[in-house]
Amino acid sequence: MRRFLGRQLVQLAVVIVGISMLSFSILHVVGDPVVLFVPEGAPKEEHERFRKLLGLDQPVYVQYWRFASRALQGDFGKSWYGDAPVFNLVLERMPPTIYLTLAGLGVALLIAFPLGTIAALRRHSIVDSLCTMVAVAGQAMPIFWLGIMLIIVFAVHLRLLPASGYGTWQHFLMPAFTLGAFLAPITMRLVRSGLIEVLSTDYVKTARAKGLGERMVVLKHAFRNACIPVITVLGLQFGQLLGGAIVTETVFAWPGVATLTVESIRNQDFPVVQCAVVLLALIIVAVNFIVDLAVGLIDPRIRVSV
Amino acid sequence: MSTLAERPLSAPPDAVTSAPPRGQVLGRRLWRLKWGLASALVLLAIVASAILAPALAPHDPLQVNIRNRLAPPAWMARGDWAHPLGTDQVGRDLFSRIVHGGRVSLVVGISAVLVASAIGVLLGLGAGYFGPRVDWTIMTLVNVMLTFPFVLLALAVIAVLGPSLQNMIVVLGVAGWPIYCRVVRAETRALREREFVLAGQALGMSHVRVVFRQILPNLVSPIVVIATLQVAQVIILESFLSFLGLGIQPPTPAWGNMLGEGRVYMLNSWWIAAFPGLAIFLTTLVINLMGNALRDWLDPHMKL
Repeated sequence: MRRFLGRQLVQLAVVIVGISMLSFSILHVVGDPVVLFVPEGAPKEEHERFRKLLGLDQPVYVQYWRFASRALQGDFGKSWYGDAPVFNLVLERMPPTIYLTLAGLGVALLIAFPLGTIAALRRHSIVDSLCTMVAVAGQAMPIFWLGIMLIIVFAVHLRLLPASGYGTWQHFLMPAFTLGAFLAPITMRLVRSGLIEVLSTDYVKTARAKGLGERMVVLKHAFRNACIPVITVLGLQFGQLLGGAIVTETVFAWPGVATLTVESIRNQDFPVVQCAVVLLALIIVAVNFIVDLAVGLIDPRIRVSV
Repeated sequence: MSTLAERPLSAPPDAVTSAPPRGQVLGRRLWRLKWGLASALVLLAIVASAILAPALAPHDPLQVNIRNRLAPPAWMARGDWAHPLGTDQVGRDLFSRIVHGGRVSLVVGISAVLVASAIGVLLGLGAGYFGPRVDWTIMTLVNVMLTFPFVLLALAVIAVLGPSLQNMIVVLGVAGWPIYCRVVRAETRALREREFVLAGQALGMSHVRVVFRQILPNLVSPIVVIATLQVAQVIILESFLSFLGLGIQPPTPAWGNMLGEGRVYMLNSWWIAAFPGLAIFLTTLVINLMGNALRDWLDPHMKL
């Protein structure tokens, strides 16, 4: 058990360092921050002056070390656009994003579990084919288009829900549904395939042979074991979920981290972009780590094998 | 009565046990993949319309005609069959713009996937074939990159590089390679111990030759399937970046930026946003269906 934990922690540390390096290199290696910061047409001396000012004349590893050590203390610099500390800016936009992500996950599970279960239990029937078709269509649907279509139908024509913004539970409905619809197809397929696999195992046959009703067999025995691959992949899909949340936020003008990032890109405010990228990646890594631990706890086979 | 031991064991000489003709087997396999075949035909039509766009489009996609702005599709009141899907906010014909927009999407999709697959396959081969240290370095990079959502990575790099067609291809290519790397590495590791590889090495084949002549040909199936499915993903991502204004810039027609511009007019002129989005959806759907059918055709047991 301790070895498993130790291994996971080492992997976590490595991935976090990797993320910080990647985020750092995007700004400092791929682009030239001085060119991006200094207004166009400025003389060469200005470029050099800013280079010294921002500490960009130092070798790359010195710059990275400074970035990393400051980042660990929560100092991601000041915004180039508004001069506020970047970390606070990003942090205050985090809660709406997290709420949206969780709401989307909830909607996805609400859609996917019943549909996946029915499809698995009534395999090869019309219901199954319909569910599969819906899943395939759902995977091909661009989320931002779905969001816009929902706005057109529900906010513009039917006037039932607000078109954008944040505040009441009605504001949550369409964005959560859009995000849920994004994640639901793949979750549904996972539930279906996981359940099909579990339903053909020996212990389920034993449960049926014991005379248990079908409902007890499915709910009590099959579900628990089918949940493991579903939880694992959902955890790994958290990155995708956050990606979907980013897209959904921009469509519904949701006051979260994603809209802040897009605005900052338009304003060429790079410290904000960098901080947002690092923080979001850290959240994903943390969730993956927790999921790995949880699955290791639930299924002892994983603990001893890896 | 003859006992079991005395009865000859020959099979009855009728047509039941002889194999069906090859044409029939092929026909049956194709029929099982009918959705994939239909999708491939539709995709062919889409690609053809994109290539033949200048000839196919009834109007110039960039021609502005303010007097006829915000005209609805032909089947609605005030609609006109000269503009079958209506016009946008400056009077450009929507159908022509959609047909031309397909070119952008397909060019970006295919180029980005070519870039991503080239990088990913090479790195995957290297990671799978060479020793543990190379493997560990490459796979750590892959794991780190796979943690980032595709969208976030693309946004971050476009932020620095600036919006343009070439930059988008680079960004989407560089963000998309890890998935190839992972799959290719796994397969390479499995193939590395096979007899034909060991024989080749014993004969003195150089590493490069072994990798490219013996290992790579066996990886073509999964690579092709991943690439096909990734084209759809890239098209959606390119549309999203253009939708945000960070991709193809107007007035060049691209499905994404048309959606973005049409959003403002959603209240009364829903068609400006609806039809480009429908085009994205159809194209993606058709590519996904074809990719799934391709996977089932090449190897039904592929774990993708």
